[in-house]
Amino acid sequence: MIRMLRAIGRWGLSRLRAAGRAGLFLLGLLPALAYPFWRVRLLLKQVYNTGTLSLPIILTAGLFVGMVLGLQGYNVLVDYNSEEAVGTMTALSLLRELGPVVTALLFVGRAGSALTAEIGLMRSTEQLSALEMMAVDPVRFIFAPRFVAVVLVVPLLTLIFTALGILGGYLVAVGWLGVDDGAFWSQMTAHVDWQDDVVNGVIKSVVFAVWIAVVALFQGEEAPPTSEGVSYATTRTVVQGSLGVLALDFVLTALMFN
Amino acid sequence: MDKQAKIELGVGVLVVLAAAALFMLAMKVSNFAAVAQDRPTYTLKAHFDNIGGLKVRAPVKLSGVVIGRVSSIGIDRSNYRALVTMKIDRAYELPADTSAAILTSGLLGDQYIGLEPGGDDEMLADGDEIELTQSALVLEDLIGQFLVKMSDSKGDDK
Repeated sequence: MIRMLRAIGRWGLSRLRAAGRAGLFLLGLLPALAYPFWRVRLLLKQVYNTGTLSLPIILTAGLFVGMVLGLQGYNVLVDYNSEEAVGTMTALSLLRELGPVVTALLFVGRAGSALTAEIGLMRSTEQLSALEMMAVDPVRFIFAPRFVAVVLVVPLLTLIFTALGILGGYLVAVGWLGVDDGAFWSQMTAHVDWQDDVVNGVIKSVVFAVWIAVVALFQGEEAPPTSEGVSYATTRTVVQGSLGVLALDFVLTALMFN
Repeated sequence: MDKQAKIELGVGVLVVLAAAALFMLAMKVSNFAAVAQDRPTYTLKAHFDNIGGLKVRAPVKLSGVVIGRVSSIGIDRSNYRALVTMKIDRAYELPADTSAAILTSGLLGDQYIGLEPGGDDEMLADGDEIELTQSALVLEDLIGQFLVKMSDSKGDDK
């Protein structure tokens, strides 16, 4: 009994300690965040790695999610003779929830895991220590550009995902199922609010981006310098990143749309 | 192509795509274009007995054409009736005896304010009130009235 309580306590303390270390890590990162804007080359390389290389998966996923939404929405709405509302439904669900969330989930898997693996390997091959030996600050040189790149890229990818999803819905609803073209767009414009829907969706994606960046970089930094350690750290990034995004999404939705 | 050029090209593609997406979301999907235009408006008020499901930003229509939006909905404390303020496009002047009704677009559609212009020579100015109003149709009330009438006519038969 006592032993079990002790085990729970030990587990809780280690969690707390990890959370504290992550907080300190983020705090140490903050003063270096302006640095990548002076060294644009470093930033561009990370934007390319995390953003441009994620484009194919974001484009395909966006198109297909939109097409599925169009199809499902049509099937339900046609019973109420209001199949024109399929555009509104697709646009609202993509802008408010699916766009930011699915983009963030895909991004964790596509780029977050890669970031963790990269930094974990840098640590295990002592590249980070080597940089410090050369008086190059790894926080400014390695971590800050990656953090800034992720926070910049995820909202951009979300916008692309959402726009393409709406086009996918349009393709299915208007091109295939014969919903009226004009009604599709005009209903959408009438019901989608710039401030409430578009801007809030982008705010969500920025919050997700900060979470993903902290998790991915911190797990890389924390990874034990073995091949097994790096592989565990990568897994943890994907799990914690995805669960965190879902939990944050619930909180943000409750705050924004109530 | 050297590596730096490839990276710059890739980032350029990403940014251009995102800008195009933002433009589409602003212009075609959301009401950003309408909000950004922000044409000069004037304010009208109207009291209603019951506004039904009318919402802020609901359209104000004249002969089916949207000429304004509902800007706020509240209760007038002096007489406990609903007070609706709306912003009307300055381009449209309305006679002083214009009437307002809360209508529904379609069976399940959203509610809006329909204006019916009168024949007065005087025009409504900023801050004026529309005196003639007609409340929203509440389905439950209608059914209630219908039931009462049904039972009345049955009573007559006996």
